[in-house]
Amino acid sequence: MNWTLAIPEIVLSCCGMAILLYGVLSRGNAFFMSSMLSVGALLLTGVLVLSTDAGSGFFGLFITDAFSAYIKLTILVAAALSIVMALGYAEHANMQRFEFPVLILLCSVGMLVMASASSLMTLYMGIELMSLSIYVLAAFARDDLRSSEAGLKYFVLGALASGLLLYGISLVYGFAGSMSFDALGAALADPKKVSAGLVTGIVFIVAGLAFKISAVPFHMWTPDVYEGAPTPVTAFMGTAPKVAAMALLVRSLAGPFSDLLGQWQQLIILVSIASMLLGSLAAIGQSNIKRLMAYSSIGHMGYALIGLAAGTPAGIRGVLIYLVTYVFMNSGTFACIIAMRRRGRAVEGIADLGGLSKTDPGLALALAIFMFSMAGIPPFSGFWGKYFIFSAAVAQGMWPIAVIGVLTSVIGAYYYVRIIKVMYFDNAEPAFDARPASLSFVAAASCIFTTFFFLFPAPLVAAADAAARALLG
Amino acid sequence: MFYAIAVFAPLLGSLIAGLLGRSIGDRAAQAVTILCMVLASICGVASFIDLVYNGVPAGVISLGTWVEAGSFHVSWALRYDTLSAVMVAMVTCVATLIHIYSVGYMSHDKSNPRFFSYLSLFSFAMLMLVTADNLLQLFFGWEGVGLMSYLLIGFWYHKPSACAAAMKAFIVNRVGDLGFAVGIALVFFVFGTITFGEIFEAIGAHQNDAYQVFGTSFRAYEVIGILLFIGAMGKSAQLGLHVWLPDAMEGPTPVSALIHAATMVTAGVFLMARMSPLLDYAPGALGFIAVVGGSTALFAATIGCVQNDIKRVIAYSTCSQLGYMFIAAGVGAYQASIFHLLTHAFFKALLFLAAGSVIHAMSDEQDIRKMGGIWKKIPITYTVFWIGSLALAGVYPFAGYFSKDAILEAAYAAHSASGTYGFICGLLAAFLTAFYSWRLIILTFHGAPRADHHTMEHVHESPWVMTGPLILLAIGAITTGIGFHEEILGEHWHAFWGESIRIASTNHVLHDMEELAPWVGLAPSVVGLAGIALAYLLYMGMPTVPAQLAQSFGVIYRLLLNKWYFDEIYAALLIRPITALARLLWQVGDATIIDGIPNGLASLTSSSSGQVVKVQTGSIAHYAFAMLIGVVVLVGVFLIFR
Repeated sequence: MNWTLAIPEIVLSCCGMAILLYGVLSRGNAFFMSSMLSVGALLLTGVLVLSTDAGSGFFGLFITDAFSAYIKLTILVAAALSIVMALGYAEHANMQRFEFPVLILLCSVGMLVMASASSLMTLYMGIELMSLSIYVLAAFARDDLRSSEAGLKYFVLGALASGLLLYGISLVYGFAGSMSFDALGAALADPKKVSAGLVTGIVFIVAGLAFKISAVPFHMWTPDVYEGAPTPVTAFMGTAPKVAAMALLVRSLAGPFSDLLGQWQQLIILVSIASMLLGSLAAIGQSNIKRLMAYSSIGHMGYALIGLAAGTPAGIRGVLIYLVTYVFMNSGTFACIIAMRRRGRAVEGIADLGGLSKTDPGLALALAIFMFSMAGIPPFSGFWGKYFIFSAAVAQGMWPIAVIGVLTSVIGAYYYVRIIKVMYFDNAEPAFDARPASLSFVAAASCIFTTFFFLFPAPLVAAADAAARALLG
Repeated sequence: MFYAIAVFAPLLGSLIAGLLGRSIGDRAAQAVTILCMVLASICGVASFIDLVYNGVPAGVISLGTWVEAGSFHVSWALRYDTLSAVMVAMVTCVATLIHIYSVGYMSHDKSNPRFFSYLSLFSFAMLMLVTADNLLQLFFGWEGVGLMSYLLIGFWYHKPSACAAAMKAFIVNRVGDLGFAVGIALVFFVFGTITFGEIFEAIGAHQNDAYQVFGTSFRAYEVIGILLFIGAMGKSAQLGLHVWLPDAMEGPTPVSALIHAATMVTAGVFLMARMSPLLDYAPGALGFIAVVGGSTALFAATIGCVQNDIKRVIAYSTCSQLGYMFIAAGVGAYQASIFHLLTHAFFKALLFLAAGSVIHAMSDEQDIRKMGGIWKKIPITYTVFWIGSLALAGVYPFAGYFSKDAILEAAYAAHSASGTYGFICGLLAAFLTAFYSWRLIILTFHGAPRADHHTMEHVHESPWVMTGPLILLAIGAITTGIGFHEEILGEHWHAFWGESIRIASTNHVLHDMEELAPWVGLAPSVVGLAGIALAYLLYMGMPTVPAQLAQSFGVIYRLLLNKWYFDEIYAALLIRPITALARLLWQVGDATIIDGIPNGLASLTSSSSGQVVKVQTGSIAHYAFAMLIGVVVLVGVFLIFR
């Protein structure tokens, strides 16, 4: 049984329930307190994750190893940053309800389960727990038409994706006779004996997961939901769930399906190229910065997929490093976006950033650093993420996709740098309202990581290396 | 030590005036540069006297390594021998006088510190050129003076004509510099070094080396000689590459005097003398040099006879005198060419500065047709102009007499076809030189005043800061010839020159000069006096005749007035085709093709962006449909390509 491996998840769930109870019972507004408790719960879980041994539990349904620990910590950090960001946002948006941090906690439980999934059943359970929380979060500003629309849209399309995923799982189970990753790996050891039905099942599973990381062609929901959802929710959706879903994709493709590399590689390459192209092209015309970030995240997932397509430990390592740098860049950028508030109202147009360097030089500098990093300009962390990915691809002789990646990042650089141009060279718009300390904290922390990663990359690279080796042996 | 100070003091002055000029003011900038130049000239003259008269040994002052690449070694070093020391002494003295003169001449200008900084920096570059111990350092100085010449010609950059002239000078010099640079490369190719001492040691060993070019085999020395001479042609304005020099008169007059008469333009002559050990073994190249020099001397003199701009007349005279120097170099009389360089530096700087004084007096009028009748009002200028002209025309005992005579004697004594050609051209040019010099004097100073009343009222002698240098230069123009004649060219020239000019054992030209028929020595003076007499007759005696002559020989007159149509021919043959080609490459090659690719890509990108965004309708049904299509496509791809 070995249920102790799941202690972080169990503790986090219990904390979630307890905070919910606290929120219901307390008089007055419990938002701030429950947020703080949630951050504490996430920290506690982080400590527990670090102290959990590697092993397999629940009759092979649940696995802990260096890979799951790496992913879990990334998820917990991203979730904590999102809760802190929401602190500064909620008081203006009538969102000061204690359910918000609790939902993020429950979502995190789902994601932790995903990171430890070693069976298609666990995989599905984690995804559903995560998704259901996010559907609610997206519609959290329930008086806002756009937020409700976003939640509904995401729910309907998410249900479709879940259907695809379930159908794929059933196909795989039907043709392979098992849902456990270990058993599947053994059954698929000889690629020549794999039937078309099983392959179709794999494609369906990939499609279900690709929906979660908003890879093309399952990306259509992203811009609308990103734009409509409350900004802290968008920030959250853009980071932790992406990490979890990408981890699941990596774990399943590089785990039980690893012997079919030659077959799913083409698929991932196709999806990756399409995501990079669409992410960079469609972002050019955007005037809403949240929509722009939606396309940007599509493109980023495309880059991360290159590392997966390489199929080597170096490639997986690249993906893992990329995800961490992405989490920080994205959280920092959204902290800046949440800070865009003029006379109490949130503004989201890129043009609203005009002349920010004069009205708020600190914010402009932080956003400029994030944009440079997203464009992959050294020495910021975004460059190193891309560097590890591309070098892994090149080492595998995958020149064409690396070249396409570089070309699309050139296109990407255009719209990232355009934001910097607007901030530094355009005429000044009226100043933004004073920003809450919580946003400054998130922006500054992300900024420090993004800027100085190149000085101390060793710990992260070593951890990612260990995680990748845990997965591929 | 003195020697190094002479070279680097102008650099110091230039840096102070150039970098701090705004903060320390005009007066201080002038004072600093002039003090540095005075110091440099004292040190320069002292090191010259030490070397030639006090028996201090020649040598090389090493300053440090410059380039160290494989077998290619170049050091920063100052070569201390008679040739360099003479040049250092001359350059520093003339430059000092011109600095002082400029205080008066540029007194109305607003950018004095810049001007003095440029002048001093030019002096430094010229000193680096003449003291170089290897060809690369010489090239450094060579390009340095070229750059400063460009900056000073275009000093009044608000005048479009000045900018055009500056660019013309720079670009024409590029043509010559290409030859020079290739020549340096070939020297390295043949000798494996570009340090003078090492080249000259190895002269004997490589005498018969051949160089293959265009499938034909040439003697390497001949090719090197021609290539270096092409460089010299550009810098010294020889026929073909001379077109920039007259236009360079757009610069302030002190610049014309310093750069385009006394020093920089003689760099080519200096190069020939410096490379004399090699050139003496390249008779073909020498012949070519003599022919080009002779042609230039005559050609420029013909133009000088009809020009109406006071500075242009003197500019063509410079061109012509440089031709003389190359005649001498071309017949192996390097000592005579350097001697003429020396005397010319004084009397030509004198003439230019005197012309500047005239221009100053005439309220910036340069056209001699609008002058006349001013000799009583500016007596000092008038006197020194006479002295300069007498020296230029080669009248005894002025400086030019000795040097020009020596050149013509050497050309005759060479007894070669090219030497004889040089002699004839030189003799004719001597006649024309005297003629145009007195035409200039008469038109400028004598006759009825042709300027308007207002200008005439303002005619005044220049202040002492301008006349002082004129007088000193006049003394130089009188004494340098008679004073140095015997030492430089006489029987004991070896004692003076030391090892700096080494000639082949077959070269007896200096010796042969002594044994010529007397008429050869007299001829230049005779034709010179004849030229003066003719000018007097035409312009003083019968002032109407020149105009009639110009009318009746209209074709020749226009040919000369338009400078043999060189500019027009170059424009038609080179400039217009190249401009057309450049325009083609710009508009078609660059703007259409090279710009078109990224521009096209960019517009392709943005239009595809529009297409991609169109798919984003906002309808859930569309989105779900897209997802299902996606799954179908992926399954299809997977099944087909697995």
